[in-house]
Amino acid sequence: MIDRSNEKYPKEFMLNLLKKMILIRRFEELAAQMYGLQKIGGFCHLYIGQEATGVGAVEAVDLSTDYIYTAYRDHGLAIACGMDINSLMAELFGKATGCSKGKGGSMHFFDKSKHFMGGNGIVGAHIPLAAGSALAIRNSKSNGVVLCFFGDGAIHQGTFHESLNMAKIWNLPVLYICENNQYGMGTDFRRVSAVEDFTIMGASYGIEGKQVNGMDVLTVYEVVSEEVARIRKEKLPGFLEIKTYRYKGHSMSDPAKYRTRQELESYRIQDPIIILKSKMVDAGFLSEQEYETIDSTIKAQCKDAVTFAEESPEPVLEMLYQDVLV
Amino acid sequence: MAVITFREALRQALDEEMARDEKVILLGEEVAQYNGAYKVSQGLLEKYGSLRVIDTPISEEGFTGLGVGAALAGLRPVVEWMTLNFSLQAVDQVYNNAAKMLYMSGGQLNVPIVFRGPNGPAEFLGSQHSQALQSLYCHCPGLKVMAPSTPADAKGMLKTAIRDDNPVIFLEAELMYGWKGEVPETEHLIPFGKADIKKTGKSVTIAGFSKPVKMILEAADLLEKDGIEAEVIDLRSLRPLDEETIYQSVRKTNRCVVVDEAWPYASVGSHVAWLISRNCFDYLDAPVELVTLEDVPMPYNHHLELSAQPSVKKVIDAVKRATYTM
Repeated sequence: MIDRSNEKYPKEFMLNLLKKMILIRRFEELAAQMYGLQKIGGFCHLYIGQEATGVGAVEAVDLSTDYIYTAYRDHGLAIACGMDINSLMAELFGKATGCSKGKGGSMHFFDKSKHFMGGNGIVGAHIPLAAGSALAIRNSKSNGVVLCFFGDGAIHQGTFHESLNMAKIWNLPVLYICENNQYGMGTDFRRVSAVEDFTIMGASYGIEGKQVNGMDVLTVYEVVSEEVARIRKEKLPGFLEIKTYRYKGHSMSDPAKYRTRQELESYRIQDPIIILKSKMVDAGFLSEQEYETIDSTIKAQCKDAVTFAEESPEPVLEMLYQDVLV
Repeated sequence: MAVITFREALRQALDEEMARDEKVILLGEEVAQYNGAYKVSQGLLEKYGSLRVIDTPISEEGFTGLGVGAALAGLRPVVEWMTLNFSLQAVDQVYNNAAKMLYMSGGQLNVPIVFRGPNGPAEFLGSQHSQALQSLYCHCPGLKVMAPSTPADAKGMLKTAIRDDNPVIFLEAELMYGWKGEVPETEHLIPFGKADIKKTGKSVTIAGFSKPVKMILEAADLLEKDGIEAEVIDLRSLRPLDEETIYQSVRKTNRCVVVDEAWPYASVGSHVAWLISRNCFDYLDAPVELVTLEDVPMPYNHHLELSAQPSVKKVIDAVKRATYTM
């Protein structure tokens, strides 16, 4: 882990990260509540606990040239990419005003203009797509980089291994980011992985891996920034294992009985929002009162998103047959 | 018009489209330095360089998905599967990514890509290398499927497929690559959804596509000697399907034989037969006949493998059943 002092970063920068993480947290809490009220159906995978990973990493890229791919736990990264939360909540409600016109749902958020490429539902199946977009970057001689997020479950799919190999032989600018939240659905990653240290997983393909504390947004930002700068310069892929933790079950239907209360509590005290908030308070950048004001503003914003979603129209029946083909 | 082989016609299509649009790339196993397993891509590496003609590792799911990701970021890839049999390794990328992206992103992300390669039985290849997989790909909305039967169609249809903004499955056949035919030297494009009436007749309609069309025409010549005038329709575009041309013919002949070298269960052939029975019911003077591969894996023994496939005799027998002339 990299040791750094808070003063490296100006107040506004830290405040921006804090606000984004709180926005994700409050959005997800409300999404859970709406799921409970059956306003949202199907699968709903929450990002609570993992906010620092998405926010820190996205802060390190330029979405005009760079691309983001992730799996189905996509709400947090969509918000980190700056997608409008009204369109996200509306998508969860299946409304026509949703980012995918109500035809994608929780697992399929997309924003072409922000290069947020989903929102992909099959474990590991998006990993080759990221390499393909990197190939397009290479051929267009742009300086872009692709961030490809996936979980500790996906790392055992063939797509991961095939993609790393291709990225290395063709010098593709992809940063592979394994968000190790330690459970592939209900299975502790140590039970199903031949190795506990994922950083060695890229070694077969000549790609060095680094482990990152995913509960500290500044650390994530810093390491991803370094890797992205290196990739832009060297045109070679990279691999990070970001150690994180999801507070909730795999999806809304999972009570998460496979882990202990003590384990959960041990992560709650290293909560990414609390860590950054404490640093900012210590540095004199934030008072408790200011924090409360920010939090209540964001809560209101999320409630407004629910109102927007509630009041939005259902997709008309004609939309059933739209967008099957161009 | 020049007389060239099916393989050369495909090569001309690739060459012309790569010259026309630098976004067109070709990738697959052995396509570059080896000049293609079936020499379709001969000379293209030399002409367009290794950024656009790319030898892949044997990672079908990986490079198929990579093609999809490249298409999402602006390229127009042609992915060569050495045979469609190997595409089964990659079918998740076609079904879940290429075919779904436009729909589940609410129309934001289209996938301009062609997946092409030899399909259907060849000779002495055994069960795993002799499969006709059109039913699988025609089953899935979000894909277009083409299956030419002549060099001229191969060229005109592949050029159309490459220019299309949707994912296209393009079916060739090992035994067809050496077939010769006249091919226009001027710009030549054949649209989707347009069948070709290869021979007009009034006694019975015989509809087929790809390699069996040649066999159907041989059968039609023999039938003519018995006074049965068959109208032969080459479907060419399997999805979208030119239903109207089929119906017009059947409404004239009142009898139909459908030929498909895939297995009969839930096949293109069975679907076309159902469409005819549904839309031409009042015109039919006999049940629609279906000539397919026998419902077994392909055996190695040559006598057995020929017996498993549609043949001139099987087509003639089916016509005789349909015309009550057995």
